[in-house]
Amino acid sequence: MKVIVPVKRVIDYNVKARVKPDQSGVDLANVKMSMNPFDEIAVEEAIRMKETGTVTEIIAVSIGPQQAQETIRTALAMGADRGILVKTDETVEPLAVAKILKAIVEQEKPELVMLGKQAIDDDCNQTGQMLAALLDWPQGTFASEVKFTDGKLQVTREIDGGLQTIEINMPAVVTTDLRLNEPRYASLPNIMKAKKKPIDMKSPEDYEVDITPRLNVLKVTEPAKREAGVKVESAAELVKKLREEAGVI
Amino acid sequence: MSMIVDRRNVDFLLYEVFDTQKILSAPIYQNFDRDAVTAILDMAQAIAEDKYFSCSADIDVNEPRFVDGGVLVPSVIKDALAAYAEAGFFAATFSEEWGGMQLPWHIYVQISNLFTCANTSINSYAFLTVANANVINTFGSDAQQALYLPPMLEGRWFGTMCLSEPQAGSSLADIKTKAEPTEDDYYRITGTKMWISGGDQDISENIIHLVLARIPGGPPGVKGISLFIVPKIRVESGRSLGELNNVGLSGLIHKMGNRGTTNTILNFGEGGECRGYLIGEPHKGLQYMFHMMNEARIAVGQGSVMSAQAGYLYSLDYARQRPQGRLPGEKEPSSPQVTIIEHADVKRMLMAQKAYVEGGAALIAYCAQLIDQEKLVTDSTEKKRLALLLEILTPVAKSWPSEFCLEANKLAIQVLGGYGYTREYPVERFYRDNRLNLIHEGTHAIHGIDLLGRKVRMQGGAALSVFLEEISKSVEDGAGYESIAPFASTLQNTITNLIEASEAVLAEDSLRRQLANATIYLDAFGHVVIAWMWLLQSIAATEGLSGNDVVDAHFYEGKLKACRFFFTYELPKTKAQFDLVASLDDTCLNAEATHFIGV
Repeated sequence: MKVIVPVKRVIDYNVKARVKPDQSGVDLANVKMSMNPFDEIAVEEAIRMKETGTVTEIIAVSIGPQQAQETIRTALAMGADRGILVKTDETVEPLAVAKILKAIVEQEKPELVMLGKQAIDDDCNQTGQMLAALLDWPQGTFASEVKFTDGKLQVTREIDGGLQTIEINMPAVVTTDLRLNEPRYASLPNIMKAKKKPIDMKSPEDYEVDITPRLNVLKVTEPAKREAGVKVESAAELVKKLREEAGVI
Repeated sequence: MSMIVDRRNVDFLLYEVFDTQKILSAPIYQNFDRDAVTAILDMAQAIAEDKYFSCSADIDVNEPRFVDGGVLVPSVIKDALAAYAEAGFFAATFSEEWGGMQLPWHIYVQISNLFTCANTSINSYAFLTVANANVINTFGSDAQQALYLPPMLEGRWFGTMCLSEPQAGSSLADIKTKAEPTEDDYYRITGTKMWISGGDQDISENIIHLVLARIPGGPPGVKGISLFIVPKIRVESGRSLGELNNVGLSGLIHKMGNRGTTNTILNFGEGGECRGYLIGEPHKGLQYMFHMMNEARIAVGQGSVMSAQAGYLYSLDYARQRPQGRLPGEKEPSSPQVTIIEHADVKRMLMAQKAYVEGGAALIAYCAQLIDQEKLVTDSTEKKRLALLLEILTPVAKSWPSEFCLEANKLAIQVLGGYGYTREYPVERFYRDNRLNLIHEGTHAIHGIDLLGRKVRMQGGAALSVFLEEISKSVEDGAGYESIAPFASTLQNTITNLIEASEAVLAEDSLRRQLANATIYLDAFGHVVIAWMWLLQSIAATEGLSGNDVVDAHFYEGKLKACRFFFTYELPKTKAQFDLVASLDDTCLNAEATHFIGV
């Protein structure tokens, strides 16, 4: 089976994000960027499925600036077979990404699209669901375990209060959660091999998708600083405070 | 920000100060380009942060233990080195014949920086193995290479270097370990080696010791020392592991820092026959070992820069967050406190750390690319020049960081104040780790003597001349920039002091008096080298600022500030030092043992 794994170039998870002084967004100048960690998990899962013989080809897709090619190369160095870069310097919202991915799916005809449940930069958690809707495919979101048997996928989902296992028909969209696997590091030889793997260069126009943002960002601010706590004398006082001051019980 | 690296500075050194592109354009490195190097550094940084940095405090407390005659090493150390092996770093710089990637050395040094800064004591195991394999690759027979290199470069067997003995540390001429010939292809090794890093551990399947020993009947002193491969476990045909080779572990040495690296006393041949295999010819062992030692010396400097970088990045981050006090003149008690980075003296301490760390990092990067250039040039005169330049810079690359990057660690503790002195914060550990570097691979004093007693006068002063030619080129370049010209001129004057001091020493008849202040000379000489590195960086930063890209303006301005700091606060100190050396002052030389406490 052929798998498409969309990978997003995001601010590295180790970087402490700073808001631009004009509150228009996060300052990305001179900031280390890397693959969205949830997408790394998706790449890893696809590679494992290839190693067990379920998957025959893995295509890593990224939508973003020229540098997103490096993110695709990371996926190729981990073990993906080829890449597609849809190049744009504009802001692409989840809906636009889903529309482009839909067009790619129609061309490539994979049986599975596997992607991170969300990206750690905007935390939208929308692309996979929107793509499934646009394609009218089944979706298995927040996967912590994926099994392929008899042409169907068993997806264990991390939900509030526990795990839910569902069976979905193929083709399907699966979004990956943190506990699905621990992604491998690329190795030096594989980084060098990845340089020779092909990456198709495309643009949103190639897929006739209008990526104009539908949302207006009013302002971006840093989270409020955490204030010092107070010590309570007794459990009764704690309950009182939780009820009267915090209003949570 | 990352706590182990400033990647912008790495790119600055590789692509703006020094010419990596030129080295990468050589046919043997054609597979590498900037994108590939970036991807490799990204991968290395991820492993360094996830597997090395994360356990650095833990292995300082839970260090390897001596149990039942063997060593138990914490599993986190094994996991980290397994990831390093899996990524292909043991073989990285070796040729494809050995499963390597032929990675340029200066790129490998940047990779090692990441692992060293993240966790210097884990990286030592890998460093020693690669350096050991380099010796076998250079001087070992074809059979020895075929036997030992593959498992070492896969990271399954580790390596050590065994030079010192309990009675002979700095003085290698006095080593006693014996190697008696047998009728077979091996020598029988007996003796005790001390301070052996990685001398025993339960991480790798086997340990390959490189041991200096005397073959009976050979010349006395360093001219009678030979080099042997001594496996911990005997290697049978087909590389299967046989019986233990009687390398006994007497115990672990309990160190101030660098605690993840075992340090051992080893008894060779105590419990039975210990087999050693001669490398190359008899009595040339020290010459072969110097191949490893020179590499190790630059790596010691590198380790020192990296321990200082760890402290610098930590204290910088702390200073930007810690509110304390108000600026002079602010008398309103209810006014908000400032973060401590606003205080002038904290800025001074951070600027000094920056100047030491980034100056040292530039020197290490420069030496590393000289090694690649030396390999690439075909013109024999140029090859010889580069070799001479490396000869004279090696004691400086080892020693200057050991002294002044340790100073940076002191300042990192100071920035944190009382917290810095506690074990809840890592800066005291970085200091302890770094303190080793003044001592091993030749103490600070040994390198002073090496520089002033050997390197400066070797081949009729040829190495010094090459060094002066290179630095003069940079002075000329710097003079072409209005803002840098004053620094170029200051450096020129300092070079004059350096030459005068060197000449005064060489004109003295007594060798003892010549070398009495060699350490002072070493420190001052090192300052000149680092001032040179800052001149080169300020030229690159000025070029960077003249471009249209304003994104990096703060970075470049910071470089110019640090350059100015070094030339204003640090370089003037060398005047007094060179004057002292030139005066051949004998205060210390002629002090008697009884002068200290009167008896």
